[in-house]
Amino acid sequence: MTIIFQTDKLTKSFYGITAVNEVSIEVKKGEISGLIGQNGAGKSTLMNLIGGVVHPDEGQMRFHDSAYAPRNPSDAYNAGIAFIHQELNLFTNLSIAENIFVDNFPTRGFGPFQFIDRKKLNDNVRDILQQVGLDIDPKTTVEEISPGERQLVEIAKALYLDAELIIFDEPTTSLTARETGRLFEIMKQLRDEGKAIIFISHILKDVIALADTVAVMRDGVLMAQEAVENFDINRMINLMVGRQLEQLYPPKTTQPTEIPLLTVKDISAKGIVKDINFMLHRGEVLGLFGLMGSGRTELARIIYGLDDYDRGNIVIGEKHSRKHSARDSIKNGVAFVTENRREEGLLMSINIADNIALVRLPRFTNTPLQIVDGKRLSGAAQRAASVLQLKSGDINTQTAKALSGGNQQKVVIAKWLLSEPRVFLMDEPTRGIDVGAKYEIYAIIDQLAASGSGVLVISSELEELIGICDRILVMNQGEIVGEFLPDEFSEDLILRAAFREHEQVGAPA
Amino acid sequence: MSLTRSDPDTGNAELQFRIDVADENRGFQETIFQWFRRLLISDYFILILTIVGYLFAAQWYERLSNPVNFLNQLSNMWPLFAVAIGQTFVLIVAGIDLSQGSIMALTSVIGAMIMSSELNPAMFDKLPLWGILIDESGGILANSTWAMPVAVVAMLMTGILIGLLNGVLITRFKITPFMVTLVSMIFFSFFALWLTQSRNISGLPDSFVRLGDEGQIISIYVGEKIDPEIRRRDIPTLITNATLIAVGLSLVAGFLLNNTAFGKRMFAIGTNIRAAAISGVPTDRVVIAVYMFSGFCAAVASILYTARLEIGRPTLGEGSLLLDIIGACVIGGTSLFGGKGSVKGTFFGVAFFVLLLNVLNAASLSPFVIDAVKGSVILGAALLDITRTRLLNTERAS
Repeated sequence: MTIIFQTDKLTKSFYGITAVNEVSIEVKKGEISGLIGQNGAGKSTLMNLIGGVVHPDEGQMRFHDSAYAPRNPSDAYNAGIAFIHQELNLFTNLSIAENIFVDNFPTRGFGPFQFIDRKKLNDNVRDILQQVGLDIDPKTTVEEISPGERQLVEIAKALYLDAELIIFDEPTTSLTARETGRLFEIMKQLRDEGKAIIFISHILKDVIALADTVAVMRDGVLMAQEAVENFDINRMINLMVGRQLEQLYPPKTTQPTEIPLLTVKDISAKGIVKDINFMLHRGEVLGLFGLMGSGRTELARIIYGLDDYDRGNIVIGEKHSRKHSARDSIKNGVAFVTENRREEGLLMSINIADNIALVRLPRFTNTPLQIVDGKRLSGAAQRAASVLQLKSGDINTQTAKALSGGNQQKVVIAKWLLSEPRVFLMDEPTRGIDVGAKYEIYAIIDQLAASGSGVLVISSELEELIGICDRILVMNQGEIVGEFLPDEFSEDLILRAAFREHEQVGAPA
Repeated sequence: MSLTRSDPDTGNAELQFRIDVADENRGFQETIFQWFRRLLISDYFILILTIVGYLFAAQWYERLSNPVNFLNQLSNMWPLFAVAIGQTFVLIVAGIDLSQGSIMALTSVIGAMIMSSELNPAMFDKLPLWGILIDESGGILANSTWAMPVAVVAMLMTGILIGLLNGVLITRFKITPFMVTLVSMIFFSFFALWLTQSRNISGLPDSFVRLGDEGQIISIYVGEKIDPEIRRRDIPTLITNATLIAVGLSLVAGFLLNNTAFGKRMFAIGTNIRAAAISGVPTDRVVIAVYMFSGFCAAVASILYTARLEIGRPTLGEGSLLLDIIGACVIGGTSLFGGKGSVKGTFFGVAFFVLLLNVLNAASLSPFVIDAVKGSVILGAALLDITRTRLLNTERAS
């Protein structure tokens, strides 16, 4: 079969960190090429290079036997490369037909008076929808259809654009098992029609079942691209992590105690969370898993005191608090590492030392005028930074913006270390940071637990929760629907609970 | 030949000066370019621009090269500087205070009503407070030794209280600063006009007037000694009480901003109020304090203006004053989006504005043209700020 797309030693770095390093892959017509790798392995950057979102530092791409150098995403679309993203790019307030034809409505009329030809629009779309096996009225607005059907609309759009190369970026994340099966059938059908497909997924058995060739990336480097027959799950994992699975997470150095640090009793907030009950103990790393929109972040915000709740009780140590603010939480020894470093964690244009010192600013001042002792502040910030092995320039002049994702996250954690908290709430602490930095963050979490804190880790990466937690709670639609202890840790069971495919797998505490 | 130098401002960032031996001309151009770049990024760029521009204009307009004129301009700066310091604080926390002008008007009127020692019944008997606080013998403390200090305290308190009101409305009721201070501006300007039925109140005591330009501390005479006696009015003042008050205020403000927890929290709030709140910064308290400080600064400016004019004036702070205040801050490098600004920059911005106005007046332009030029200059400052930010960012990234 003919090669339709290839990259030649493609390289891209951000802030001195090489995200994609001399990657040369090839994609053949009529084949599904699986692409796997950890978060931060460089898959997204590679896709952004192909899609024209970012531009390579070095190397070339070829598409259809000619040089291909997209300057922006519309170049990629026009060349015939389509993306099906995990977060869909549809206008939910428009109809299916309008979404598919959004930049090219069929019109009729005369001269400058052109009107949208609704009939032609809907007829054309009906044909395309048939091809992806979607039997819905094209006039239906997108907000009325399910995530799986939306995915199919995206594919229909790609077909309409006559794309030759279709890239599926973790397309099954928000689909039910039935919808996933249907999607895979369509992908196979597209392959048989001669389209080239790149399939990015974290679910390795899907990749083995569907792909013809598999490419593995790690730390920006292409580790292998071979026929699927040459792979089994073990080899894939070894190539992806570059070490045995056990070493992906630091060994646990501590065991949880029975002393409660945080007790959440019957917390409810209308439409957000319902009857939440759990305890976080001294020395415990407690995982909180759930799909997007399950209410995990909202729960953390309520516990920390940023959002209000209708009933229930939050006990921190011995202290009951009905209404508390972020400042009360800090006084009670609670720290909150938020999901969005940029929006809620850091002062991007301010230097690292001031970022780290922000929570405990009064500690570095002389009363009553609150004059800041600059030396003491930068000394303490420096110590916290070195405990976490922060890699940066001078912390007194370098801004948070100039750091890599992993180091930015360390600044956020360092900020809280200074307030010596007993309860850590960490929302997606390893999102968007590279593998090496992740390992370091896991080690920090373990050390925090070992030093007597309790850590609540919220994550959508189930693997990492299994790797570092002493216990995992699962949320769905604002409720805790399952609790798992290490001997019950199984990706399959926990995922089923998160989807509520099996009602109440474990009993909540 | 390649010469590498470490930039003191950015620490780790390095600027490279390359001189190409093979192509000397190009190397020279590059050096000039780099030099210009450094100038543009420098904190003192506005000051340099002001001085160079003024000296340049002085070639055409002889009046500008007269030291008396220059020293007069210096004394014009102090009240504007005082009020602009308060605005700088508000802008740093990503707010805006439109009510400063009305605070100046109201405090001016209140101070005068307390201190005035003579009020003509024919002019003032229609005032709402006639017979209550004021009568033909003047304000309630007329001719008392306490008049001046009490009036000053009352003026400052009025400014602080209006600031408190602004701050509370903004933080507790989550109304945008623009809306809240616009309403205060309208309300308190009309309150000042109503209290005085739009009449100026004269008869201020000497002790108060001395706070303005009359209070000369150091005067200098520049020029040839033609007559045996130099007349007093030929000697312009260099340092007055107004100078001391404004400079003192700026030192306190600079200290607050750079050396206290309050200042660091202001920058945190202006940069990212959500992150600041999560990190336990008492955002409401800091923002309220900042608006109170802004009101305080407006009251200080009002004292300086009132003392200089020797009247309590209900229309003080009207016209283009607000434009001048915000313009001076922005030219001085304060960002309207918050998180950026300095007292030093605002001083340069004020100097730039006052001297620009002086040049435009010397050129005998019509007032309409002058305002148009002022507007363009603010636009220029905004463009300059964007260019500087971009240059700084590319420097950090390299």
